Amino acid sequence: MLNNQGRPTQPVEAVAPHVRKTFTGHRALAMEEGLIFEIGRAEVTGVDVDDAGEFTPRLGKLERTTPIDLPGLSEPEAMRHYVRLSQKNYAIDLGLYPLGSCTMKHNPRLNERMARLPGFGDIHPLQPVSTVQGALELIDTLADWLTEMTGASAVAMSPKAGAHGEACGMMAIKAALEARGEGAQRRVVLVPESAHGTNPATAALIGYDVRPIPARDDGTVSVEAAQAALGPEVAALMLTNPNTCGLFEPEVVAIAQAVHAAGAYFYCDGANFNAIVGKVRPMDLGVDAMHINLHKTFSTPHGGGGPGAGPVVLSAALAPFAPVPFIRKDADKFAFVEHAEGTQSFGRMTAFHGQMGMFVRAMSYMLSHGGDGIRQASEDAVLNANYIRVCLSDVMSAPFGDKPCMHEALFDDRWLKGTGVTTLDFAKAMIDEGYHPMTMYFPLVVHGAMLIEPTESESKASLDLFIMALRDLAFSVQKGETERFSGAPYYSPRRRLDETRAARTPVLRWTKRKPIPAANQIAAE
Amino acid sequence: MRYLPLTPDDRADMLARIGAENIDALFAAVPADKLLQAPPDLPRHKSEMEVERMLSRMAARNVSAGSVPFFVGAGAYKHHVPASVDHLIQRSEFLTSYTPYQPEISQGTLQMLFEFQTQVANLTGMEVANASMYDGSTGCGEAALMAHRITRRRKAVLSGGLHPHYADVVRSLSQMTGDNVVSMPADARANEDLLSQIDDSVSCVIVQSPDVFGNLRDLKPIADACHAKGALLIAVFTEVVSLGLIEPPGAMGADIVVGEGQSIGNGLIFGGPYVGLFATKQKYLRQMPGRIAGETVDAEGKRGWVLTLSTREQHIRREKATSNICTNSGLCALAFSIHMTLLGETGLRRLARLNHANAVKLADALTAAGVEVVNDTFFNEFTVRVKGDATALVERMAAQGVLGGVPASRLSPNAGVDDLLIIASTEVNTDEDRAALVAALKQ
Repeated sequence: MLNNQGRPTQPVEAVAPHVRKTFTGHRALAMEEGLIFEIGRAEVTGVDVDDAGEFTPRLGKLERTTPIDLPGLSEPEAMRHYVRLSQKNYAIDLGLYPLGSCTMKHNPRLNERMARLPGFGDIHPLQPVSTVQGALELIDTLADWLTEMTGASAVAMSPKAGAHGEACGMMAIKAALEARGEGAQRRVVLVPESAHGTNPATAALIGYDVRPIPARDDGTVSVEAAQAALGPEVAALMLTNPNTCGLFEPEVVAIAQAVHAAGAYFYCDGANFNAIVGKVRPMDLGVDAMHINLHKTFSTPHGGGGPGAGPVVLSAALAPFAPVPFIRKDADKFAFVEHAEGTQSFGRMTAFHGQMGMFVRAMSYMLSHGGDGIRQASEDAVLNANYIRVCLSDVMSAPFGDKPCMHEALFDDRWLKGTGVTTLDFAKAMIDEGYHPMTMYFPLVVHGAMLIEPTESESKASLDLFIMALRDLAFSVQKGETERFSGAPYYSPRRRLDETRAARTPVLRWTKRKPIPAANQIAAE
Repeated sequence: MRYLPLTPDDRADMLARIGAENIDALFAAVPADKLLQAPPDLPRHKSEMEVERMLSRMAARNVSAGSVPFFVGAGAYKHHVPASVDHLIQRSEFLTSYTPYQPEISQGTLQMLFEFQTQVANLTGMEVANASMYDGSTGCGEAALMAHRITRRRKAVLSGGLHPHYADVVRSLSQMTGDNVVSMPADARANEDLLSQIDDSVSCVIVQSPDVFGNLRDLKPIADACHAKGALLIAVFTEVVSLGLIEPPGAMGADIVVGEGQSIGNGLIFGGPYVGLFATKQKYLRQMPGRIAGETVDAEGKRGWVLTLSTREQHIRREKATSNICTNSGLCALAFSIHMTLLGETGLRRLARLNHANAVKLADALTAAGVEVVNDTFFNEFTVRVKGDATALVERMAAQGVLGGVPASRLSPNAGVDDLLIIASTEVNTDEDRAALVAALKQ
């Protein structure tokens, strides 16, 4: 074969090793990049700061005497450093990101622009309330939309993320029980085995004992199992609905009734709300409190692990105990209630008023979709998941048969038994095909779980290619091509990383004592 | 709808392939009487232009910090953030990626977190730092719980200089768990007697420096007193720029350091999202909440990074986890780290010095104008005593187009601090801004 300069070409695998190894370690656009502590220098700065001039410091005896040891980069160096780092990340904007339970949908850029309007991005949380009426209007409007979509009486806006919202809801429940004089008696929170880890961690964080409830063979919780676990010592049941197996809990209404009959409260983990927005109002099912992950359902960007926002919708029974601050509408003005004194509020979750930047993005998302688009988005999310489920059902095994799923399709590893390929191997091979792996080994109630959530953002063509790629991988498993899996990924910026070594000998920061590898030394590897 | 790629034909084809008669067949598990028959009672979808118009109208009702002489602080600060920071954090690969659970395709985020952790540890003078908390206040609440786990005691002593919102967060959590909290009264002059509160039952003392009134606190004697009784010192800061000029808490004996990182890289955004900084000593590492990135090698021996020590965390340990935190402040940590990298040691020290100089200039001008400055020491924020009610004064100044500070009573309503005003001055203030504030306060 000749290229268009008339030079013979052959596959890279066929050429000598010295051609395949580069001096720099880069491979064309795939750049190696050192740490800022290796490439930066303390005397370099990328920010011009005015000289302070002469003055008499007022620091007492507390002026810094120790060096800080912070490297600096000029602006061009910094741009290059971070752009190179960015290119080692997978992202929604690059491809399908089917992480079950995480709802990796498209992040509209309009929302970014709106959050950066000076009237939202450049206002201080403690400015006089008269100078931030538009901000309070936005929070109040968002709260209205959230209560309308959930059927709630009130919403606590300040929680910073999903788990923080869980804590908020459970603290409201605890406060309500204290007010009833049952705080000391009700010490147990029921959590199904399939729950997210945050649920039991939250219950324990605020002092509850956790009692697990088993799931049925079909992945759902039965009213009998809930009833058997309920008693006068139970404060609340925490249930995810749709659950972590991607199924709507069919007995949720009866479970809620049983919980209330036993004098307890019903907390719903709203991580999977994206399946049912505009289709079901959670409060109609008997829910007392539910957090909403604005960074999942309402598309505020995940940002490599946050920030999120976790407003909590509350039933009329719990609304009085909501944390401060909250907004009060007085005629045509908005006022802030910032202190719990004189109210039944359980107190404060965080400094200031919550994740305003996320509120603006979520509001922009909601206005863009409207009531009609929000419902369509949920339907498309569920349709996409079921399409994947059906198109893979003959090559992969589903733990609960051919029941329709909600917005995520769950597979187990029975189909991999005896092949020498594990769920982890299969997931890593997906990386070579240009996909982020699905959620693995969760929920814990399913062996070798693979939880696929495509979201509504995928076109049919995108789904078809994904399905064909997974089918190709599955056929490869059947044909015994285990190397495609056991060594995967082959094409990512790094091959499989040694997590055991990281945990056994933790290196959690850069230190000078560490030998600094020269550029060509890194390259030589 | 511009965000939904499926066409009606696609939907019909896919339903046929699934073997479902219509979309509601896929919702068959929902009790029939709970399935809504129509979209919720909300406006229909809107174009970009319409959304922009609506939200811009709301935004225009707010007075932005950059549009007026601005001196509001008390836990969040107006600083200049370089343009490149906001550009870089909006790169798709940072903005639209998830928590780095798949390290092979998340090395960008993981390396950045490793750099961030090192920057935070170096700034605070501590041995290890995590990959961020939601903000300073929630980090403070977590630090108290961590101290309780380490000491197996359940009593926290809160300085009267601790930001009242931070104190509220600690109290709300403690009220749930039945832990004890001793709150010292609001202490504008930094002359409280914390040492006499420290006995064998105390788990931790929480002290902020610069405190909420702006005073710098010498942490060394408090740390010594804590350690003599087996208690831990939790040091808090809300203005991270101060660490460029004042002795870091680690050098004064703090056991856990928590702070707000908003000032570097992040805007005011009406209170969030911000970024909580959390650092401690190596020996307490296993009790630290939150994610941690660590160094390792890949299958070819190349250096790389992973999330590590996750046996502390909720997704592994469930009810035995050190915290329930999952999502943190990744992108805000990135903004912090980029801005800090641009500054470097030289830039940060200059910036801190300029902040301090501006505050000193303002304090001197106010003193000259007959306004009482309460503090002996401060960094870029101090407290003045005004005639009458500070809240009314702030409203009056706002009407004149000056955002002149935070009335202490807004944070602590019944603490006898109605005549105290907390004023912050950073590098963004000009001589004209200062003159406007002095004039407004003199009236």
